[in-house]
This record gives sequence, structure tokens and C-alpha cells, in this order.
Amino acid sequence: MNIEITVNGKKLRDEIDADMMLIDYLRSHGCLSVKRGCETSNCGLCTVFLDDKPVLSCSVLAARADGRSVTTLEGLRGEAEEFAGFIADQGAEQCGFCNPGFVMNAIALFREDPSPSEEKIKEYLAGNLCRCSGYEGQLRGIEEYLKWKKQK
Amino acid sequence: MEKAEMKAVNKPIRKKDAMQLLMGAPVYTDDIAPSDCLIVKLLRSPYPNAEIEEINTDIAAKVPGIEAIYTWKDVDQNGKRFTCAGQTYPEASPYDRLILDRHVRFVGDVAAIVAGENEKCVDKALSLIKVKYKKLDPILDFRLAKDAAVLVHPEDNWISMAPVGADNKRNLCAHDECSAGDIDGALAGSDIIIDRVYHTKAVQQAMMETFRTFCTIDTYGRLNVVSSTQIVFHCRRIIANALGIPKSMVRVIKPRIGGGFGAKQTSVSEIYPAFVTWKTKKPSKIIFSRYESMTASSPRHEMELHVRLGAMKDGRIRGIDLYTLSNTGAYGEHGPTTVGLSGHKSIPLYGTAEAFRFISDVVYTNHMSAGAYRGYGATQGLFAVESAVNELASELGMDPAAVREMNITHEGELMPAYYGQMNTSCALDRCLARVKEMSGWDEKYPARDMGNGKVRSVGLGLSMQGSGITSVDVGSAILKLNETGFYTLTIGAADMGTGCDTTLAQVAAEVLECSVDDIAVFGADTDISPYDSGSYASSTMYVTGKAVELCANELRDRIIRLGAELIGLGADECLFDGKRVYSAADESRSAELFEIAAASMCGSSDTLAVTKTHSSDISPPPFMAGVAELETDKETGETRVVNFYAVVDCGTPVNPNLARVQAEGGIMQGIGMALSENVTYRGGRVLESSFMQYKIPSRADIGRIHVEFESSYEKEGPFGAKSIGEVVINTPSPAIADALYNAAGKRFYELPITPEQIAEAFAEREKTGNIRSLKEKL
Repeated sequence: MNIEITVNGKKLRDEIDADMMLIDYLRSHGCLSVKRGCETSNCGLCTVFLDDKPVLSCSVLAARADGRSVTTLEGLRGEAEEFAGFIADQGAEQCGFCNPGFVMNAIALFREDPSPSEEKIKEYLAGNLCRCSGYEGQLRGIEEYLKWKKQK
Repeated sequence: MEKAEMKAVNKPIRKKDAMQLLMGAPVYTDDIAPSDCLIVKLLRSPYPNAEIEEINTDIAAKVPGIEAIYTWKDVDQNGKRFTCAGQTYPEASPYDRLILDRHVRFVGDVAAIVAGENEKCVDKALSLIKVKYKKLDPILDFRLAKDAAVLVHPEDNWISMAPVGADNKRNLCAHDECSAGDIDGALAGSDIIIDRVYHTKAVQQAMMETFRTFCTIDTYGRLNVVSSTQIVFHCRRIIANALGIPKSMVRVIKPRIGGGFGAKQTSVSEIYPAFVTWKTKKPSKIIFSRYESMTASSPRHEMELHVRLGAMKDGRIRGIDLYTLSNTGAYGEHGPTTVGLSGHKSIPLYGTAEAFRFISDVVYTNHMSAGAYRGYGATQGLFAVESAVNELASELGMDPAAVREMNITHEGELMPAYYGQMNTSCALDRCLARVKEMSGWDEKYPARDMGNGKVRSVGLGLSMQGSGITSVDVGSAILKLNETGFYTLTIGAADMGTGCDTTLAQVAAEVLECSVDDIAVFGADTDISPYDSGSYASSTMYVTGKAVELCANELRDRIIRLGAELIGLGADECLFDGKRVYSAADESRSAELFEIAAASMCGSSDTLAVTKTHSSDISPPPFMAGVAELETDKETGETRVVNFYAVVDCGTPVNPNLARVQAEGGIMQGIGMALSENVTYRGGRVLESSFMQYKIPSRADIGRIHVEFESSYEKEGPFGAKSIGEVVINTPSPAIADALYNAAGKRFYELPITPEQIAEAFAEREKTGNIRSLKEKL
């Protein structure tokens, strides 16, 4: 089938199989930040924005994105870098494999609620698993970022 | 080399690759695999023990796009077996595998390898292979495996490579006995003996990046293997052994790794695409699904540990007698070695004990093969021994911290159960004192009813590990001075997210008095890197880090020598401050580093490059004290770790940020093992086969983790450093189990401790009338 998707601001037209998942479509178009960590929609690694809403691209058919716009971490440079530096300052990136999904979902949270409570942060990002960091350094980084953002 | 003020070591420097990783740079195996790779997938056995009577691939092979299908018929069944464990010569793990074996030994064992153009055709072909299995009786209970009638490895070409007490005709992968002092006398003379059996399960490392590898043939016709591995050099040997080709024909490269935790100290995925590419001469790749990573991988060894701990009424521990039974599963990867740590890295915590005995059996069963997982046997042993010490304290009506204060090992003491080594650096006493203070132990111990249906309680656990394998592990480094005066550091250790590319550069920068940014790091590639046994056994900072320090010192000397020559002085008359070599007597006589670098590259017969290799004849243990503070719902049994307090002695923390995150991450994995990560076999099949059933903790599941350091100074380590990676996973299990006892009045001897069991314990206590501990008795 034919689809037309705007990926990171660029219009793409493709002939795809009807059962192709969005994650595979995006990776085949060079958006390699999008990672697969499970097959059960549990890990959050593949989080991207579909019309500005975070979705798990492993669980969305590419066809569902037809006529819509998709943003991956490749398309969020400035905003993401600003936040990511605070995670780097904690050493909480560790292996890095979960980072893109985590950064995407964290940005979705900040856009929705510029000053979330600790509880809200944990709840919102609960679906972004990380096996290295124990989450504590990520939380410190988020708290530092929010503090900095407020002062700015 | 000890310095008052360090400039690079002990500084919370950002990881060199941090921003690249955070921004999703394409740096992992699957991101850099050629797009024309054949897709490799495996047909796996549905039976725990069976022989393939017939296997028909004719129809499957006709699926358009299929390149090749391999079965046991393509592998010499009488050929030399091999192990997938990444270990140094003499390899302790038995040679018990074939790439494709007619005898499949667990649900998930490989019956066929399929390679094709794309996933779809490969999936189709997998479904069209017809296999007729002859089902054999399986051994599923590891307690019944030793000397059972059914043999997991009856074959005659099974080989044990080292004297570890293995015997395939008895289902024995290893057996060992050791002791010091008169244990029977010590126990007979004790006022009290805690005699208990503990059980821990085959929990999964669950790194976010599953096992994966791609292979190509290079310009010279050699097999190039790019893999998510902790052990490039061992991998080279394993692949050559498996394929029966010379090691010179194999090159292994590690890109970024999406987590390992020991899982990737076994070649779980490499041999299959290696086989396909070697046969077809075409690039191929395999990406394990999460399902495969949960059901056919290399989890922790399931263990049953029988502890007999004797003590006097005043709390003095007299002896520890431990028997460990370990389940290695269908293959022996890391079987003979993991079990040793269950005793050798738990018993030595108690320096007052006058005797110990430690006997172990490692048995084959028809479960998936176990492997290496952070803690490597110490985790299981410490759950048992620390739980026994906690039970001893409550039986004696003593504070568990007080029992520890009375008995723990101190710096300068001999540790008979720790391979007879001296305790060369130890701040365990300070860790214990500080964790009590931090956690508010004296106020919070043992428990308080919150009046809202919830109980808050605390529990304590201690831990130790090693720093590399004594006189076995080897670390190496190559340091070069380049044009304009920057350095390159080449290593064979594997940064798997831990940050060793950065922390090893910190060690070099400290010696060379430069910025970490002036050192470009490369690792690891078997053709380029100096030999390193790999990143495991908590060896990287202590062993490889020392190699880097030695290497940097020698390079520093050579820079001074060449600089001195340029200004017409002797080396002993000159100093180096990182930027220039200058005369000690007259600072105006100097040679800048860039001039020295240029001189070494023009008309020079002396390259400013140094290679150093290091091994240590001791393995100084890091130590830790951990306190879990739980909130438990009396009705539902739901338990939440509201706070975990940890104080770690890893010697000098080379990078305090990264050391802290190591601790936090390890603690979280330990909490998962204690409370939620279950492994249940039914008919030989693992039920927890996805993240839906296998619950690793999410960030919503716990409160806060508080980590501090109380550092000893290890003279043999680089700038006083020991290891950090593994010691941190061991305290949550015993601390949480004791906190639950303090809350619900019941001891738990098996992990994980589930809400159902906890709710039942509260219900039972309600019924029997609330006798929480024996404190009142005494």
C-alpha cells in the first residue's frame, strides 16, 4: 500500500506492506535512534511522537501514520540536547540503549507539564525501562534540568 | 603513585560518549550492520530433552529468498565440542556443545539455523521445517540431577578442560570441597547453630539490548564478527573452536553495547551468523528477540544453599559450614566458577570465625544453560549467609548491626575462606557505621506500624566481591603520543555502558597531567587491541586500570627523555607538567609537548608508544553495607522499598558519578531479584518469557536510593581503586528478606518474595497472636 508520512519535517512517500510496524519503517529511513527492546510494548525504547503525542512505534502500524507527522530524536536536536546534558552530568546515560525513548518521553512530559512533581515524573516515565541506572540518576538529572529551566 | 590533589581521578567527569548515546547516535551492532545481511533465525526445540529422529527442510528451502538451512547433518556429531563461556585458559567450563546437536537438551535448544533475505521468508521457512523428535525423559529438578539415571550429556566426546571435579556420567559439571580450621569442633562448641536452606532462581540480566551479532568476510577472506560482547578475545577463540577454523581467520569487534551485566560474557548469539557467513561467504546477522533472550540465554545459576552457622550467646560467630548446589542447566557455561563465589565471597565477611567448610556440586539439568550475571554466585551466597546472620541476631535478641560489628573482617586480617588472601584494604566497619547513621537505623529498627494498614520496617545486609580473578585476569593498554600532543589509548576491555573508556582515560590523564579530552580511546577489536581477558569479574578498573597507570608512567618517562634530548639535557635534570618538558634548574629551557610529538614523528627511530600488560596476584575485595527500608501493606502484601541506603568501599572512586550510578543500578537489580523477578519452569518451559511476566523494576516501583562512599586505599590498584560493578547487587536480597521478617514475623528462604507470601505471613501472624521475634524471650 502507498503511504505518505512526514518524518522529522520531511515528506516521505512509500509503498509498504500493510503489516509493517512504524518502528521498522522509521529505522529503514535512517531513524536509528528508535530501538526495539521487547515485543510486548513494555520497555518504552521505541517511543516517538505521532502528531506530537508520544507513542510506542513497535505497536503502531506504519499505515496508521499515513498523512500524519512523526518525530524521532533525530528531529529534536536542540530541545533534546539541552535536557540530555543534565543526564550526562549525572552519568545516568550508562549503556545508552534506552536513552532515546526516555529522552523523547521526558520531553513529552515537560511539554505537557513544565514543573512536574516527583510522583508525576515517575508515573509518566514508568513505561521507560532502564536496567543500568536504577533510575535515580535520571531523576536527579530531571530535577536539575527543571531547576535550571525555572531560573532561565 | 599517590598524590595529594588529583586532577582527573576521583572527578565526576562526563562519559566521553554520553551525549552521543543520549542523542541516539547509530553506534550499536544493529545500527551499523550492512543492509544486505542475510537474516539468521533459529528453529528451537519444544522439548526439554529429545533426539531429532528426522528433520526435513526440503519444503522450507524452497521459500523464495531462503539462502541456507542447516541442521545437525551439517555438523560432525563426533567432532570436538566447545564451550560458549568467555573464560581464560585453562577453561573451567566443560566442552559440551556443538553448533547443531542431534540431541536437544532444553526447550529452546537449537534444531536448525535458517538464513534468508528478509525476516518474512525466514519466518515462513521456520514454520515449514518438519522435525520428528524422539522425546527423552528430562531432568527438571536440580535436586535430583546428581547420579540420576537420565544423563544430560551421555556422549563420549564431552570434555572437561580443567580439574573441576566434573563427570558427565554423573550429571556433574563440577564438585569442590575446601575448609580451614576444625569446623565440626567449632559447630559442636557453639551455643547456637542456625541451620537453614536457601533457594535462589535463574534470574535474567535483562539488558535492554538483546544478544546480537553480524558477520562479514573481509578483504583477506577472514571472518569479521561485530558483536555486542564483553569478551572480544574469548569470542575469537569460541568461534574458531565452534567452526573448527584457525583463530587467525577470525576477527571480533565490539561496537557500543546496550548493557551486559555478564550475559554477554558468554557467546550466546555469535556462533550462528558466524557459521552462516563462513559457509555462504555472505554477510549475515542475528538479532535475538526478547523472548529468546528470556528463554534461551545465559541467566544466573539457580542455587540451593545449606548454611550451618555456629555462634556463641554473646554473638561471636565461630564457624560457617556451607553446601551449595548449583544448577548449570543443559550446558556448563560458568558452572564450575560461579559456585565458588557463593562461599568464597560470603564466608570471609566474618573474620572472627575460627573455621569454615565449603562444599559444592554443580549439576546439569534440562533447563536453559546458566551463565554469568553480575555478582556471579556471590549474590546467591550472600543472600544465604547474610540471611543466616540476620536470623542469628534475632534468635539472640541482638541488633543485626551489633552482631556484624562484633564479627566482620578488618584491614590487615587474613581471610582463610578468601583463597587465604590478606584483607589489604577495607572500610567495611566505616560503611556499617555510616549506613546506620544515614538510614536512621537505631530509630527505625526493627519496624513500626503506621496505623494505616501499613508497616514500615528495615533490614541490613553486607556484601563483598573481588577485583578481578587472582593471577588469571589480564589487562592491557597501548598509549601513544600523537601529532600536536594528544594521546590515543587502545584497550581490549569492553565499555558496556559502565564508562571504562572514560574512567581508564581518567587514570591516564592523571599520570600525563592532561585533560581527559586530550585522550582518544579505542576498544575493542581483536586485531588492534592489546590482549585483555575482557570486562567481567570486576576486573576492569583494578586490573586494566593498573595497566593503564603503568603504561602512562612509562610513556611519561619517554616523553621526558625525548624532551630532555631536544633541549640538550639529561632526563633526570628535567620535569614534565603535561604541557612541556623543562629544565628543573632553568624553566626557560623547555620543549613543548607538540614539539616532542613532532620530533618523535620526524627523523626519529623511537616511537612514543607504550604497551603494558598487568595481572595481579591478589583480588582486593570491595565491600558494602546496605539497609532496606520497606513499606508493606498488611492486607495485600504489596511491598515498596521506600528507601535503600548504601555505603560502598570501592577504594578510590575513579569517577564518583559513574561509581554512584553503578551502585544505584546494581541495587535496583538486587531489589528486582528480591521482590519481583521470578523464574518458573513448567514442563521444562520458562513461563516468564517477556517483560510482561518477568517484572524488572520500573521507576514507579521504588522510592529513593541513597549511595555514599567510605573509601579505603588499595595500594595495588590504580590510585587506590578497587572494583565497583558487582559488589553493589548483593545486599538488597538479605536486607529486604530481614526487613520483611521485621514487618511480618516470617522468615523467607526463597527469592523472590511475592506479595501473596507476604500477605499470608501477615494473616498467619494475626491468627497466631503476634509473636514477632524472639527478642522478648531473652
